Amino acid sequence: MAENILEIKNLKKYFPVKGQNTEFVKAVDGVSLNIKRGEVLGLVGESGCGKSTLVNTVLCLTQPTEGEVIFDGKNMFSLSKKEMRETRKDIQIVFQDPFWSLNPRMIVKDIVAEPLSVQTKMNSSEISKKVEELLEMVGLPREGAYKYPHEFSGGQRQRIAIARALSLMPKLVVLDEPTSSIDVVSQAQILSLINDLKEKFNLTYIVISHDLGVVSYMSDKIAVMYLGKLVEYGETDLIFNKPMHPYTEALFAAIPDIDTDIDNIKTLEGNVPSSINPPPGCKFHTRCQFAKEICSRTEPETVILDDGRTIACHKINNTNF
Amino acid sequence: MNTYNSWKKIKSKYAQLRLNIYLLKKNTLTKWALYGVVLLTLIALIVPIILPEDVHVTQDANPRDKLLPPSSDHLFGTDELGRDIFKRVLLGTNISLRTAVLAVGAAILIGVPIGAVAGYYGGFTDELLMRLTDIFLGFPPLLLAIVIAAFLGPDLNNATLAIALSWWPWYTRIVRGQAVSLTERPFVKAAQAMGTPSARIILKHIIPNCIAPVIVQASMDIGGVILTIAAISFLGLGAQPPTPEWGLMVSTSRNYFLNAWWYSIFPGLAIFFTVLIFNLLGDGLREILDPKTRKN
Amino acid sequence: MTESKVPYLHIKDLKVNFKTHEGTKKILDIDEIKIDKGQAYGIIGESGTGKTVLALTILKLLEMPPGEIASGRILLDGDDLLKKTDKQMEREVRGKKISMIFQDPMSTLNPVYTVGDQLINVLVKNQNLKKKEAKVKALEMLKLVDLPDPERCMDKYPHELSGGQRQRVIIALALSCGAEFIIADEPTRNLDVTIQAGILKLIKNLQRTLNVTVLFIANNPGLISSTCDNAAVLYKGEIVEQGNTREVLKNPKHPYTFVLLNAIPKSKNEKINLSRIAITDVEENLDGACIYYNKCIKKTDDCKTLQKNIKISETHTVKCCLAEEN
Repeated sequence: MAENILEIKNLKKYFPVKGQNTEFVKAVDGVSLNIKRGEVLGLVGESGCGKSTLVNTVLCLTQPTEGEVIFDGKNMFSLSKKEMRETRKDIQIVFQDPFWSLNPRMIVKDIVAEPLSVQTKMNSSEISKKVEELLEMVGLPREGAYKYPHEFSGGQRQRIAIARALSLMPKLVVLDEPTSSIDVVSQAQILSLINDLKEKFNLTYIVISHDLGVVSYMSDKIAVMYLGKLVEYGETDLIFNKPMHPYTEALFAAIPDIDTDIDNIKTLEGNVPSSINPPPGCKFHTRCQFAKEICSRTEPETVILDDGRTIACHKINNTNF
Repeated sequence: MNTYNSWKKIKSKYAQLRLNIYLLKKNTLTKWALYGVVLLTLIALIVPIILPEDVHVTQDANPRDKLLPPSSDHLFGTDELGRDIFKRVLLGTNISLRTAVLAVGAAILIGVPIGAVAGYYGGFTDELLMRLTDIFLGFPPLLLAIVIAAFLGPDLNNATLAIALSWWPWYTRIVRGQAVSLTERPFVKAAQAMGTPSARIILKHIIPNCIAPVIVQASMDIGGVILTIAAISFLGLGAQPPTPEWGLMVSTSRNYFLNAWWYSIFPGLAIFFTVLIFNLLGDGLREILDPKTRKN
Repeated sequence: MTESKVPYLHIKDLKVNFKTHEGTKKILDIDEIKIDKGQAYGIIGESGTGKTVLALTILKLLEMPPGEIASGRILLDGDDLLKKTDKQMEREVRGKKISMIFQDPMSTLNPVYTVGDQLINVLVKNQNLKKKEAKVKALEMLKLVDLPDPERCMDKYPHELSGGQRQRVIIALALSCGAEFIIADEPTRNLDVTIQAGILKLIKNLQRTLNVTVLFIANNPGLISSTCDNAAVLYKGEIVEQGNTREVLKNPKHPYTFVLLNAIPKSKNEKINLSRIAITDVEENLDGACIYYNKCIKKTDDCKTLQKNIKISETHTVKCCLAEEN
């Protein structure tokens, strides 16, 4: 078994509500996860469930309220400034928005070269050579190096972002909705590129997406988040074939497919409740079709099932539900 | 290989430029404003060379010809010392443009970095720098110029300094607003996540992306600064006689207004047209550089 | 489909160009689209293929210049929309007969008015109702689009609603002037899957119960197949395949449709087969060639010159010379 490259232990991130110090938005509320080297973790949930906050906290772009993040054996929140800069080169991120994730005033070469010139002591001809290799690796022409980002399509920009993220061969790459704003054909190409690069360099990914198709296609494990909490977490095959948490089930049921008629698509009633005053008990009970009295009273404990998945639901936990 | 690469780079820049030129061509008013600015710049650069300065600037050039109305000899007439107003107006172009560019340039050099730092760091730094900016914004340029003139003595250079000192906060405000929103952009987040030092982020990512509104503001401000310099000189705190400064000329002409209308009208028109041209250019540039205000 | 029946919306030989500083660019070149009354018609295509331009052209809202309608007819109930003046469009068509639902619900709603006010305003203006009647009708409309707690929604401002709720309000607005034809331009983009399913169901239900005609534009074939009776696949402004949704998507004949369908990721076990979606990228500019020639993996020399619509069945045509006629 490979070792854990990233361990998230009971991570919490609360934002104070504007003008008040007593109320908090609990964006991430006690999440624990482990990622092994060479593994792909898919993080799923509706918008506002805390996926992005979780990632920002893991990347140390915001400070956590509570909890620990151990990356490659180092506690991320107790690093000195210098150690932090060193560590940064091992974690890279690809953002959702290909239009604003690249500086519009820099040419592609400078964009891709930035991590190299910040983190390494390569001279300019070495950097030029490396940039060309990287562009070729992600399937872009060499001449592209001297163009501006706006001269490329959304899919190509995402390739540039991937080239930049991989320039230092990081140990962990976070892909935040990598294909949500590009078309299906480019999406397919980007996804298979990401997959190929993973095989080639034995990379570790965290893939965030609200598209279950993308997540199931990419990842070895899936973590489903709802209102800052993990509701189900386990092997992709297990969760994909037999989702057990009612929320996971609802998510999968809502995907429109060529083979399903609209009348057979199940919809989830209501909206995600506010995370300022989340409902008591199980946070999902307001929209859950199986909800019973106990669900609105006590919060379900997170248990590990025989097949290795973690789940937090009274229906699964209690045999006499 | 390297020459090939740099050629590619130029080509790419050129494509952008071509779009801008195309947009410029479509906007007739801006096109004429641009021609006007080019003409003014040429006058400012060439006239001091071809006109031997001392003859027209010395106190008593031609006392015999004083206060002559416009004629073929003296297009704009002459002043109370018999100096040719047309030549003095032409010479004044250099002074007005030079001081305006210097003042605006200095204001940008002070204002932009402060704004970028304030917007990028936020929090206490932001608070401190912006309150400092507010203090400077509290002084009207004229008032500040009077204070500085009283302190350093009335002089054109001091007036320029005064204007720069009272003008930079506007640039700080523009840049800070941009920097705050840019800091939230993924490309800045990406730079942070790869461990880029803050100074580099500000220089490479923040400032280049807020420069367009600064350029627009600068071209509008040049008009305003020319006006302010003229006003300061009019009050006797800027350029000193015998400098052929437009504001100073208008100021002196007050005494002869009733019997020599040309004396005040022509320098006044020079100020008016220069300011107008720069304002039109600024408006046009905003339309070209800022796609949000672009029609079609 | 019987030949004698006049379709509700009939687009014929529509050509739209854009004039830019680099010359004239062909944006749309549509041979024919027929939509019957009460039908849902889907248009599938990637961004930049002219889907939105088509929608705007139907409403005559396309900015001209740079846009330019070179030729064609758009017949709504036998009336040519392209011959109408702007004033006529405003008075008779936009809102009255055709309404459009845009991608971004926030920018369509006016942020300074409550949902109720906006609906009442539209009803008073367009249906000559008194304020009181309009209020009752507005509430009815909100109930019709399944907004939870419609009474309270009336007094809410757009920013207080979620994305899905806003989209429902837009649909209510679109229907409130009595429009019988709705153009939905990617109405569920940027919405979560769970919310998306709800909106799709709503549109389908309205189409069934109110007999409204729907033109549904999306880049995901999955959305189209679950909502539309007939569909067209758009590529670079040309319809490459069209017909009955099931037939087109279950039995795609055009290489591009095939690529689109195979590009949707499903699960780990079902790897995207890149060889099936592979595209070549030669930049040959050939006049008269098949529009998909540059990217097609199946192309032959015939494709350089031949371009024709082939009938696969009564309800399925494809624009590819390699397809076999039935």
